[in-house]
Amino acid sequence: MGEWIAFVGLSVAALGSGLAMVLGRQPVHCAVVFLVTLLSLAGLFLLLGAEFIGILQIVIYAGAILVLFLFVIMLLHAHSGEGPRVKLRAQPVLAGLLALGLLLGLGTALLSAASLGRPHPGPPPEGFGTAKAVGTTLFARFLLPFEVTSVLLLLGVIGAVVLGRREAPEKPPRERAAGTARAEAKAHAKGKEKKEVVPR
Amino acid sequence: MSVALEFALTAEDLWAMAPLLVVTGFALFVLILDLFLRPEPERKGPLVWASLVGVGAALVANAVAPAPSGTWVQGMLRVDLVSKFLNTVFLLGAGLAVLLSAGYVERQGIARGEYYCLLLFSTVGAMLMGMSADLVLLFLGLETLSIPLYILATFFKRRPASQEAGLKYFLLGAFSSALFLYGIALVYGATGTTQLAEVGARLPEALGRAPGLVYAGLGLLIVGLGFKAAAVPFHTWAPDVYEGAPTSVTAFMAVAAKAAAFAAFLRVLLGAGTGTGAVPSASASAWLSELATAWAPLIALLAVLTMVLGNVVAVVQLNLKRLLAYSSIAHAGYLLIALVAMGAGTPATAADATAALLFYLLVYTLMTLGAFGAVVVAEGEGRSENPSLSDLAGLGARHPWLAGMLALFLVSLAGLPPTAGFFAKFYVFKAAIESGPLGLALAIVGVLTSVISVYYYLRVAYYAVVARPAADADADASAERPFYASGTVWVGLGVAALLVLALGLYPTWVVESLVQGLSAATAAWALP
Repeated sequence: MGEWIAFVGLSVAALGSGLAMVLGRQPVHCAVVFLVTLLSLAGLFLLLGAEFIGILQIVIYAGAILVLFLFVIMLLHAHSGEGPRVKLRAQPVLAGLLALGLLLGLGTALLSAASLGRPHPGPPPEGFGTAKAVGTTLFARFLLPFEVTSVLLLLGVIGAVVLGRREAPEKPPRERAAGTARAEAKAHAKGKEKKEVVPR
Repeated sequence: MSVALEFALTAEDLWAMAPLLVVTGFALFVLILDLFLRPEPERKGPLVWASLVGVGAALVANAVAPAPSGTWVQGMLRVDLVSKFLNTVFLLGAGLAVLLSAGYVERQGIARGEYYCLLLFSTVGAMLMGMSADLVLLFLGLETLSIPLYILATFFKRRPASQEAGLKYFLLGAFSSALFLYGIALVYGATGTTQLAEVGARLPEALGRAPGLVYAGLGLLIVGLGFKAAAVPFHTWAPDVYEGAPTSVTAFMAVAAKAAAFAAFLRVLLGAGTGTGAVPSASASAWLSELATAWAPLIALLAVLTMVLGNVVAVVQLNLKRLLAYSSIAHAGYLLIALVAMGAGTPATAADATAALLFYLLVYTLMTLGAFGAVVVAEGEGRSENPSLSDLAGLGARHPWLAGMLALFLVSLAGLPPTAGFFAKFYVFKAAIESGPLGLALAIVGVLTSVISVYYYLRVAYYAVVARPAADADADASAERPFYASGTVWVGLGVAALLVLALGLYPTWVVESLVQGLSAATAAWALP
């Protein structure tokens, strides 16, 4: 019974906050309401006995991805609370149609599975999906991919540094050695010119 | 549940990983070494040497590491003749690319530790693709190969062309990676495993239960790799990216990305069957017989489109880098023929076709890097300089040896007899003709398009060897036009030229040993 109450409460919270996020006008409010959606989903996962996914949901989605959203909102809308200037007319219609399609697809899949009388697959084996099982798989069987992923992350960091680093304006080395004021000024002007061109 | 951590890294595992570890270690070393060097581009010489030592050490490790053929590191890495040969190709390509880069990046003011570090990491990705026995690792290898290339393509941060190249390559690369990953997901959905050998073993059952999933997954894998290999119609990014990226990067990209894509094709399409008896007979023949009827015509179509478009469009190019870009697209077509020959034939001819593909990859690496070496030599220090054919004029008079080597590479790319390029094409066409009517048709298209390619390759050779700088407009300027032939470029081009000549004179050394090694393994899995 307690489980039911928790399920209904979490579902209502997830659905309500989801709707509020889609219908909200202020980006920051939407992001915060989205946090409620994520947390209630994490609660639903916990109810299902998938602790690991529940925790991941909080750590990754609520912890990292939502913060990313907030950063983007902060950077794009300097005056917080300001709605998007451009209205995308077709977007609500298209989104509604797609959502309807998804609902129909999932619904038929669920109903056909129920009507075909497929046997319920039953509970997963003991220890399935726990942090321990995932960890064991990750660090034993998938050790090499795990290590390669760390190299990949390092490459991402190097790439960000290479592309983001400020550096002296590009000059042939000889000109740099001469280091005349005129060359400096010219290069500076060129740098400015570039800055104006890039956003377009 | 007890903590049954089945985790044992044996000595063989480490030996199997040795080439990867060496290159990774040197990549990190180069990155750190850069901190101790003065920032002037002229002071970055030690980075070149460290990279070269790393590549050389990895070549040695690859050749002598006592890792028996088989699957290592929890079934992730495969060591066999194919993987060892591919590693050699990738490392040779990386070494030559470092040699070609050294003077160029210094001249252009982009000589930084990250440059060589990313080059080496990209090589690690390519090697991972050639060695992977698992789709997960294959995908990670693909990303480890590609991400450094995206960054390297943007290394001229202040040039719009380079920025465009990097962004274009990144967006299309991310797109193709996503397709590839989706393909992996579908194959996993159909078979319940990502291990290539297991996929092969479970394929007959999966084909009976969910053929749609298998075919869709396979199609997505082919499209994803087709992007990386720049096969028509997935080639549109290649000319712009090749043109905008720093030339030394373009040279490396043209060989490493393409060779790695074909390594992945080999591993995926043949279920990594060739090269070792570790694969059960059922799996290999399942991939070959049941699926090959599906993918061979598809790949054949790609091959025809690629050869025709690549060669025809290359004819009208006046920009050297774009010309070589279309040339590399065209060569992807010839490599695809070898894939079809592998799929369409019997296991016996498949060994020939695999050997032909591997030999072609080696020769392609050498001659393409050599040809790009000429662009590196001809490219000035200017802001957005992009050498055209006529900029090569006068090379023959000033550097006759350099012009001669360039002519050799071009003749080899065109596939004319005394060079390795001829035998590379010869073995591919021979394997194709032996494989059946489809292969025969492809070989005919291949020969016809090769004839077209002779025209544009020899036109470049004409400009390099015979033509004199135009004396009409600004005679002073064109006479002064410098060529930057630094010592490292000489060494790189010399090594490549010697190998192209040697492989042209004695191709059987490589091909015969490959065929023998492969057919020994083939015999092991062809028996019922």
